[in-house]
Amino acid sequence: MDGVNCEVAQGQTVCLVGESGCGKTVSALTILGLIPQPPGDVVGGRVLFEGQNLLDMTENEMQQVRGNRIAIVFQEPMTSLNPVFTIGDQIAEAIIVHENVSPVETRARCVHLLTDVGIAAPEERLKDYPHQLSGGQRQRVMIAMALACHPELVIADEPTTALDVTVQAQILNLFAALQKKRGMSLLYITHDLSVVARIADRIYVMYAGIIVEQAGARDIFHHPYHPYTQGLLASLPASDNRGKKLHSIRGQVPDPAYKPSGCPFHPRCDFAVASCHDTLPEMCDDGKGHLSRCPVLHELRHETGGGRDQFIQ
Amino acid sequence: MNSGMKQEVVGINSSNNTLLRVEGLKKYFPVHRGFLQRVAGWIKAVDGVDLDIEQGSTLGLVGESGCGKSTVGRSILKLIEPDEGKIMYGGRDISGLSRHEMKPLRSEMQIIFQDPFGSLNPRMTIGASIDEGLRTRGVRHRAKRTKRVEELLEMVGMATGAADRYPHEFSGGQRQRIGIARALSVEPSLIVCDEPISALDVSIQAQIINLLNELQAQLGLSYLFISHDLNVVGYLSDAVAVMYLGQIMEYAPAQELYEKPLHPYTLALLSAAPRPEPDDRGKWTTLPGDVPSPFNPPPGCKFQGRCPVVEDRCREAEISFYEATEGHKVRCWKF
Repeated sequence: MDGVNCEVAQGQTVCLVGESGCGKTVSALTILGLIPQPPGDVVGGRVLFEGQNLLDMTENEMQQVRGNRIAIVFQEPMTSLNPVFTIGDQIAEAIIVHENVSPVETRARCVHLLTDVGIAAPEERLKDYPHQLSGGQRQRVMIAMALACHPELVIADEPTTALDVTVQAQILNLFAALQKKRGMSLLYITHDLSVVARIADRIYVMYAGIIVEQAGARDIFHHPYHPYTQGLLASLPASDNRGKKLHSIRGQVPDPAYKPSGCPFHPRCDFAVASCHDTLPEMCDDGKGHLSRCPVLHELRHETGGGRDQFIQ
Repeated sequence: MNSGMKQEVVGINSSNNTLLRVEGLKKYFPVHRGFLQRVAGWIKAVDGVDLDIEQGSTLGLVGESGCGKSTVGRSILKLIEPDEGKIMYGGRDISGLSRHEMKPLRSEMQIIFQDPFGSLNPRMTIGASIDEGLRTRGVRHRAKRTKRVEELLEMVGMATGAADRYPHEFSGGQRQRIGIARALSVEPSLIVCDEPISALDVSIQAQIINLLNELQAQLGLSYLFISHDLNVVGYLSDAVAVMYLGQIMEYAPAQELYEKPLHPYTLALLSAAPRPEPDDRGKWTTLPGDVPSPFNPPPGCKFQGRCPVVEDRCREAEISFYEATEGHKVRCWKF
């Protein structure tokens, strides 16, 4: 991950999209100070949460933020839940760590949380172990744990990738309902563009550790500026483009350890010019909050009078 | 199932072009419980599936996890021995054949898996892996085989130098290409594609999808394309079968299925996996509940527990496969 700037406004859903190994998860872990050091090292930058820099905090101060005000939901609930404790114990732990509450109240809050995330018969479920629940239910429990202390920001790292589509739809509905009810912000990390299209207010597209484009959801899907975003969207199969050849981005996703110099996308890009090979391009702003790290197309857009930007196809 | 109902089920599309026909395929797995490991029940992984694949066409098989779609794919190749039903390949019933009798047919039908790394021997070079297929086909001449390996690698878009390298040296997309090259080495007519692109990155998926399409046009291959991704299936398939708990719920030509879905499950699936279009927001409905376990399912319609339009009669009798319109079959009373 290299020079990532990302903002989440209150109550907003921000999506971080990218392919495997592009640094999406690392970004999330950095925000919460969960990168093991060594081997990782946060060499620069700031993570501002309500004006405070999280990277300057001590481990003790960080404990107060993590789980309490910013919470995280991971992709695989089975590995994040402890198999030898009941669901009730685990949700209770999340509350007790941060707040001084009586056992009776803790239990009441657990039941309330499970009801909130749509689990039927919550009193019964509190006594269950993780393996007794289905994948969708486990993910709901993870969300309940994340919500235990009313966080202002929830980071969800591919929370529905392991789930079936009908269950995924339920979980996405749940996030939307909870956001409405609690006014919390959501940073949603995924590789799935149809999920992004469904939930995002603002989208950040990541490639090989950098943000290559950022804009509102409709701008990204209808007028993508960066060649990578354009290529990605044009390569999506659907029933209504049957028979037409799909656009495909040539080459491979780069290994994070051997990133290409300059613009990391240049070996796969159709618009690359000499300068792309050795200098990392600047973010170019179109003046309407749509930023793209591709000066080549930015200039082209200027020359063509800001005309439509689908250069491919 | 009585014979009258069976008549309705058979012959989804009776044309002479049919390469593979599956009739009434069933596969139950026993569940053992207790100290004596008695059979406590059956998982009805595949419970009466009928399929037709025409020469040179693609049949998409979609469904959520545990619906039995992979079991169907493996039963067709007889990697799993089906319990009941007929598998007709090129007009010949192959369901009763022994391993020995199956051998000449093995080169006719191939399978590619989700994880090609698991199906390539890590200690063999790519060239040697593909060469193995050629040898079983009886190509004796070594120079001929070497040339053919290069041709195959080129056909799937790999550099010729790849033949001397090992599987771990390649990325997921490249390994999938190698898996395809190896499947092609025995010159099959039918390839069962079991979630071949699910593990790949979005930008790589398009490459493999294009490759599968090109090979089909070039070699006249038929595919059974198994996937949970409705967008991919809709793009690739000529006809689509939607599976739920071991049964086909709806079968139709691809365009028809996506434009006029009939079964409530198909509707729910299509609405749960929308096109990547932010303007489509709010147009979706959500099914309640999880995919139920195929262990001892209730009588009647398999979808009854989650169906938004369920009626009493759905809980009583097994529902047969109705032909709603020409070539469009659906397992629901309402049509």
